[in-house]
Amino acid sequence: MNNYRYRRLIDLSIRGACIAAVVIAIVPLVLVLTYVTVQGLSGLNLDFFTQLPKPVGETGGGMANAIVGTLEIVALASAIGVPIGILAGVYLSEFGNNRLGKSVRFAADVMSGVPSITVGLFVYGIIVLRTRQFSAWAGAVALAVLMLPTVTRTSEELLRLVPDSLREAALGLGVPRWRATLKVVLRTAAPGIATGVMLAVARVAGETAPLLFTAFGNRFWSASINQPTASLPVQIYTYAVSPYDEWHRQAWTAALVLVVLVLLLNVSARWALHQRVRAS
Amino acid sequence: MKTGPATATNGQPTRPTRGLEELDASSRDLTLHNGARASVPVPEGKEAKISTEDLRVYFGKTRVLHGVNLAVVKGAVTAIIGPSGCGKSTYLRCLNRMHEITPGARVEGRILLDDQDIHGSWIDPVLVRRRVGMVFQKPNPFPTMSIRENVLAGITLNGLRATDTDGVVERRLRQVALWDEVKDNLGRSGSSLSGGQQQRLCIARALALEPEVLLMDEPCSALDPIATARVEELIHELKESYTIVIVTHNMQQAGRVADYTAFFYMGELVEFDRTDVIFTQPKESRTEDYITGRFG
Amino acid sequence: MDTLHSRLGPLRRSGRHGGDALFKGLTAAFAVLIIALLADMAFEMARTSRLSLAHFGWQFIRSTNWDPVRDQFGALPFIYGTVVSSLLALVLAVPISLGASIWLSEFAPGWLKTPIAFLIELLAAVPSVVYGLWGIFVLCPLLRNVVEPLLGKMFGSLPLFQGARQGFGMLAGGIILAIMITPTITSVSREVMKAVPNVLREGSFALGATRAEVVRMAVLPFARSGLVGAVILGLGRALGETMAITMVIGNRSEISASLFSPSYTMASVIANEFTEATGDLYLAALAEIGLLLFAVTVALNIVARLLVWRVARSPV
Ligand SMILES: Nc1ncnc2c1ncn2[C@@H]1O[C@H](COP(=O)(O)OP(=O)(O)OP(=O)(O)O)[C@@H](O)[C@H]1O
Ligand SMILES: [Mg+2]
Repeated sequence: MNNYRYRRLIDLSIRGACIAAVVIAIVPLVLVLTYVTVQGLSGLNLDFFTQLPKPVGETGGGMANAIVGTLEIVALASAIGVPIGILAGVYLSEFGNNRLGKSVRFAADVMSGVPSITVGLFVYGIIVLRTRQFSAWAGAVALAVLMLPTVTRTSEELLRLVPDSLREAALGLGVPRWRATLKVVLRTAAPGIATGVMLAVARVAGETAPLLFTAFGNRFWSASINQPTASLPVQIYTYAVSPYDEWHRQAWTAALVLVVLVLLLNVSARWALHQRVRAS
Repeated sequence: MKTGPATATNGQPTRPTRGLEELDASSRDLTLHNGARASVPVPEGKEAKISTEDLRVYFGKTRVLHGVNLAVVKGAVTAIIGPSGCGKSTYLRCLNRMHEITPGARVEGRILLDDQDIHGSWIDPVLVRRRVGMVFQKPNPFPTMSIRENVLAGITLNGLRATDTDGVVERRLRQVALWDEVKDNLGRSGSSLSGGQQQRLCIARALALEPEVLLMDEPCSALDPIATARVEELIHELKESYTIVIVTHNMQQAGRVADYTAFFYMGELVEFDRTDVIFTQPKESRTEDYITGRFG
Repeated sequence: MDTLHSRLGPLRRSGRHGGDALFKGLTAAFAVLIIALLADMAFEMARTSRLSLAHFGWQFIRSTNWDPVRDQFGALPFIYGTVVSSLLALVLAVPISLGASIWLSEFAPGWLKTPIAFLIELLAAVPSVVYGLWGIFVLCPLLRNVVEPLLGKMFGSLPLFQGARQGFGMLAGGIILAIMITPTITSVSREVMKAVPNVLREGSFALGATRAEVVRMAVLPFARSGLVGAVILGLGRALGETMAITMVIGNRSEISASLFSPSYTMASVIANEFTEATGDLYLAALAEIGLLLFAVTVALNIVARLLVWRVARSPV
């Protein structure tokens, strides 16, 4: 049975190689998270959340404006992208078994692969050039465009999971189609869609490239959403590529805050989904 | 029957519907799409709540109902029986225009609800469905709603305002004999109930809109014998105030609950008569074959 | 009893239910908006880059001369940097991703599947700029002080591993990109392998095949086109990735055979120079790079989606 032993050896070594691949894939995550935590914690203090950045050369200061800016831009982006995405998803699942539906689905999938920097260029062209101003809301539009395909496709998938018998039940009660869709179908799929939306929001919250030429950045508070606005990702980038040690330290702290924000959103969305799958 | 043999457009002869020969005092005469004459027999001393005249239904290019002339008697239970695929559900879903949800479904002929054509261009299907309620084969309570909200769903989803919602909930749940089982847990999810309870909840939900007609498509096929008995009892009680059409595969059930029975076969109404007549002296051999279990 | 009927009224249309048509129209409008946005992106970028398209023509992608002061713009170094760093990333990421996805779908014990898949997905959740930060302060010094000298000693005869060791360069870029596309390729591959019918596996098991042989004989052949799709999706990600690579690749527009030397990618040059670009031609040239990037990634995505759809109906 030499042959068998040989085959067994091959089997084991392939298993071993696959496990090695898994380990190699996960090592960077561990390394990055460890570094961000260790380096970031050293600069973490209350000032970081409450103070504006200090000019070069002075120590201390914080990123209060960038934290608020990120929250503001992401909230605005969600306010634009989420309703559009969900309604487009409603079209795809409820009325989309036709050529238009197919094209939209395809466009959404292709759009989800468009580099975020080109989305930034696009929004620069349609908004910043026209308003002659970098602004929070230009940044928000860029992020909304980025999240649109994900929100649309997840909403569609989850709406499709709602059994037709519920649609019939509602229509059989003399409920108009639109009300049945909003109040029964959408409501039944809502928890799942919420998870999808949170994942999409988490993803765009960490985006830097599309904000570079839309929201730009700001060393101070922005008076309104029509002004250049600081954001954590852009601030991290600016500080990281600067030559100042103090700024590097702050970049690590900002990275820690951003990672916690993004992973918190991401993990809690997945956890909620997991709980529901278990419950049902 | 007063009519001579008629021929359907697809070439196969449509045999005239048999039955009610001694009862058709008020039958309504009509001319079919192919020029033949027919009538919709209505039992003597009774009124038609819904009548379908020369009803033909297509899914895309295939015709699955070939001209059904049938009167649903007001204030009575009508059972529809027939082998699988003969068009019972299709017929039932036409009566409140639910067929329109199916892509490609198309209807020819007339359906009169209280002498009003429900396909008239000025008619809103939504309002038809509020007057002609439906109970489905599989219980389908709304999973996101509590028991209470399920009963009130027809009212709230339609944006209607009802006074005394507690009263509505209690009355409807009592009506379907569910009240005592759930009265302490009205906030529980509708889908947490047993299958039989869910089906009764769905009936209560349909009743809360105070429909005039209740369509039931094999409402007991997912239920055990005890739950089935409850629903049948319920149908008996509802007969007082509603017109009921029930599709069933269960011959005994038709015998127990229905006043009239219609036998469908391959998209045609073969025979329609009082239930006892259908089951004891059917006039058509196909009816007899089906009832005695020789096919189907 | 008859309290509702008075309000329900007759069967006549009450006008309110025009809502249905309105609702369908509204949702359709948002759905069409997605197509419109994609089309408008193409149009907008073509418009912004018009000047450069007209001025340089094909010369734009053949010239290596990028000199904003003299208004000379050739994008070849950026194209080279993008292509080489992405290919390097694929060389590193594909074996790892395939190994990981094979393990997850074929070998992993049930209780480990979910947590490991979850960790790999988390890898994709970490923002790109954070990888960049880590790259600058951890990866690049490591490359400069340890990895590059080692490679130089071992393979120094190859031009790939010659030249000054600076840490910041093509190698760092490739590694960072590989880290970032691994989760994409892994999760799509896993999806594809999940779609392989179990009867195929059982057929091979019945012949006495080992697990590894089942993978080779039944799973991989069936999943092949989907796996190619997964790799192409990863390539698309790598080509368009901006921040992390901008922070580690060194940003010098030169073409060098050595993996140690700095380079520049299309996405990086846009990120670095767009806000500072003065002059219409300069802006147009940067926009043209964006247009190229857009066109290439859209084409890759179309191919990848078609390949993945063929195997696994549910797109990822
Ligand atoms: N959506 C549809 N598209 C095409 N054909 C259909 C559709 N629904 C039903 N049919 C066809 O119409 C015919 C009648 O179907 P229907 O569901 O009314 O039968 P049924 O009598 O209710 O059968 P069962 O007792 O099995 O419920 C069948 O031949 C069926 O194949
Ligand atoms: Mg049926």
